[in-house]
Amino acid sequence: MDAMLDPTVLQTLWFALIAFFFLGYFVLEGFDFGVQMNVATFWRRGIGTRGTILKTIGPVWDGNEVWVITGGALMFAAFPEWYATLFSGFYLALLLLLLVLIVRVCAFKWRDKVDSDRWKNSWDVVHIIGGFAPALLWGVAFGNIVAGVAIDENRWVTTSLLGLLNPFALLAGVVFVLLFWLHGTHYLALKVEGRLREDANRLAGILVWPTIVAGAAFLLWFQLAHSNTWFTLIPVAVAALALIAAVPLHRRRREGLAFGATTTAIAAAAITLFGGLFPYVMPATNDPANSLTVANASSTEHTLTVMLVALCLFLPLVIGYTIWAYRVFRHRVSDEDSPAPGAELLEKAKKGYREAFEQG
Amino acid sequence: MEALDLARWQFGITTVYHFIFVPLTIGLSLLVAIMQTRAVFSKDPARKDAWTRMTKFFGSMLIVNFGIGIATGIVQEFQFGMNWSEYSRFIGDVFGAPLALEGLAAFFVESVFLGLWIFGWGKMPEKIHLLTIWAVALATTGSAYFIVAANSFMQHPVGATLNPETGRAELDPSQGSLLAVLTNVTTLAAFPHVVSGAWLVAGAFLTGVAAWHMVRHHNRARELGFETEEGQEQHLAARDLYRPTVRFGVVAMCVAAVALVISGDFQAQIMFKQQPMKMASAEALCETETGASFSILSVGGPEAFAQDCEDVTHLIEVLYVTSFLATHTFDATLQGVDDLNAQYKDQFGETATDIHGNEVELDYRPNLFVTYWSFRLMMGLAAFSGILALWTLWVTRGKGENARTTGSKRFQWFAVLAIPMPFFANAAGWVFTEIGRQPWVVHPNPDDPTIRLMTMQGVSSHPGWMVLTSLVAFTLVYGVLAVLWFGMMRRAALKGVPLATRDPETDELDTPTLSFDY
Repeated sequence: MDAMLDPTVLQTLWFALIAFFFLGYFVLEGFDFGVQMNVATFWRRGIGTRGTILKTIGPVWDGNEVWVITGGALMFAAFPEWYATLFSGFYLALLLLLLVLIVRVCAFKWRDKVDSDRWKNSWDVVHIIGGFAPALLWGVAFGNIVAGVAIDENRWVTTSLLGLLNPFALLAGVVFVLLFWLHGTHYLALKVEGRLREDANRLAGILVWPTIVAGAAFLLWFQLAHSNTWFTLIPVAVAALALIAAVPLHRRRREGLAFGATTTAIAAAAITLFGGLFPYVMPATNDPANSLTVANASSTEHTLTVMLVALCLFLPLVIGYTIWAYRVFRHRVSDEDSPAPGAELLEKAKKGYREAFEQG
Repeated sequence: MEALDLARWQFGITTVYHFIFVPLTIGLSLLVAIMQTRAVFSKDPARKDAWTRMTKFFGSMLIVNFGIGIATGIVQEFQFGMNWSEYSRFIGDVFGAPLALEGLAAFFVESVFLGLWIFGWGKMPEKIHLLTIWAVALATTGSAYFIVAANSFMQHPVGATLNPETGRAELDPSQGSLLAVLTNVTTLAAFPHVVSGAWLVAGAFLTGVAAWHMVRHHNRARELGFETEEGQEQHLAARDLYRPTVRFGVVAMCVAAVALVISGDFQAQIMFKQQPMKMASAEALCETETGASFSILSVGGPEAFAQDCEDVTHLIEVLYVTSFLATHTFDATLQGVDDLNAQYKDQFGETATDIHGNEVELDYRPNLFVTYWSFRLMMGLAAFSGILALWTLWVTRGKGENARTTGSKRFQWFAVLAIPMPFFANAAGWVFTEIGRQPWVVHPNPDDPTIRLMTMQGVSSHPGWMVLTSLVAFTLVYGVLAVLWFGMMRRAALKGVPLATRDPETDELDTPTLSFDY
């Protein structure tokens, strides 16, 4: 029992790295989810505005999603038992998540490929589902991971789908939705101009209150009932302060700082969850001896070393060109309701294209 | 059906489906990168313009295709854990590494740089923008490398040993570790085969789509009359815009064909050494034979293949060819499936324990009907590409002012018909190699057979209805997406490239731009 709770330095480091990839995913893809949710908020503004909203994340969402794909693969390599138990155990929930993630990718790539209102409206509905559903499902999944599920001696999860939908996990789902929604609204305010920017700031001012209440309730519940250390009170406090700090920030239209505040809050929440989970990776609620821990779910020290070298080679590159990509697309996207200078040129070109095409 | 069969069907369906789109993405991203390179470095403004427009034309189809490839790839990553958890536990220490490397070294590059390429037109210097599509092309090929390396470990485990305490395969420094996994001879043979297969798909796609428009413009020019200005414009579109792309596609197909034959030959040789059962199943060779023939056509249903092959009649046979494929000699002795089965029963046992602890009778023969026909489909379908390449070269012969185009409807339809054939050939190849490995999920390495796992020992412990739910859900969603994908590809392909118009006053060429981003 003691050996399974006493991981090596390398195992601990890898646990932190897996946490880092999920943290990266939640911070980056979190605002993508939030922006997609806002397709619903601004639905009545019409297809053009919805297109503008989606355009703010157009160039970057794909790279953001890779954080979870690579995170999952790293989990497979570093903690095969965790990977196997988690993904087989949460089968139906994961199935739902995968289906939503699949159609969501198609919504991004295909929405503007056909010039028809019905087509675009349909994909916009998919975008809304693609924003809310994964946020909710990730929340439910992490709620269950940190609270624990029933695991038998074969390391098979025996909790059913209905068992996964317990109050704590559902609250986690709601918190994920609210937090990402707020985060995405901050991002939107940062990336658009004109009326849409004002409205995004106003929406953020409303969203921040339920986020603070639900977030505080969830993190305190976690801290008191499930966390394995009192140290996680520090990130809990950081998350709370960051969210409260966001209130004056969007009132003063300091959008960059407001976005920084939700980034901090999400990062602190992720650190709280993973930090409180350690040294377990999948605690068993029925019999603690069946728990999967950092020590007993990992690969060999050799594999962890090899993968650490690979990670040190590639991760700096990934971070480097990701930052470059964000720099290239750092400018605000203009709303089609208030065309920016040069927009007529584009219209002219499109018209020319149509004429030429009809000739052929 | 049991959970095991359903899980196998699900893996088969999702993987074959994923691999419809993947080869086109791998091949087309490279061909688009080459076209854009020609555009950037052309001195002649007319050529530069033509290649730029071709880049955008095929680029728009690449994006549609990329989307569905990424979407279906997410499932691939997670379904090892979902349906094959015991496999994942057994092999994760080794198998996770190439998957993680694929994410770190290839998939991140692909996704970030695809965004840069799509949205970066006009936002960065021309040559930097060119580099972004090259990054995408190299990364897609890199992805293929890591995935093939992971798959090759299942075909021929190297670089690892079995830990008797945990019963799991573990990377072993004394066996060469990860480096041995990445330089597995099986990988080095399969990777060029997979990538050249992707080039064939993309080459046929390029030729087929461009040929359709070339014929269309040729006929339009003939209707209007070559002497009229409009007719001349149509003629130039056929000759100077589409014909170079048609021929470029043929070049890609030819390069691919050579690489496919060489790598395929290499693969057959090592397959004979590493997985003799698979080689014998390719020919449905039941009895051991010296100087084995290759049959082109056989008669007999799946049941006939499943028994002792007595009811299977080979109609057309080419003598010695199977022996030659396996060893490059005509009189080599090939062990038949039945002898190998007996031999494996000796070596690995008559029964094995499944995940629930039940003893199960073993049959080490794969489904011969599937292996036999998928092997022939894989090679036979290449004939379409061969005919397309030769026919195209003939109808587009000539140089400069004498360069020919054609108005043949028959050619036009054949070119379109030939587009899907390499897709099917790719799918057949994977079906052959994966079904041919059964009943193993990790096939024992003949030199050290300790690392091995049967498919029935790798499956998750799920009730059948649960796997059936996901199988039905994936199939339905994938079906709808396939219809949409096909509709959009067809639409984008039919659109063609907008023709340039000449401003009558200034006599300047005005090239309409194709809007690209989303």
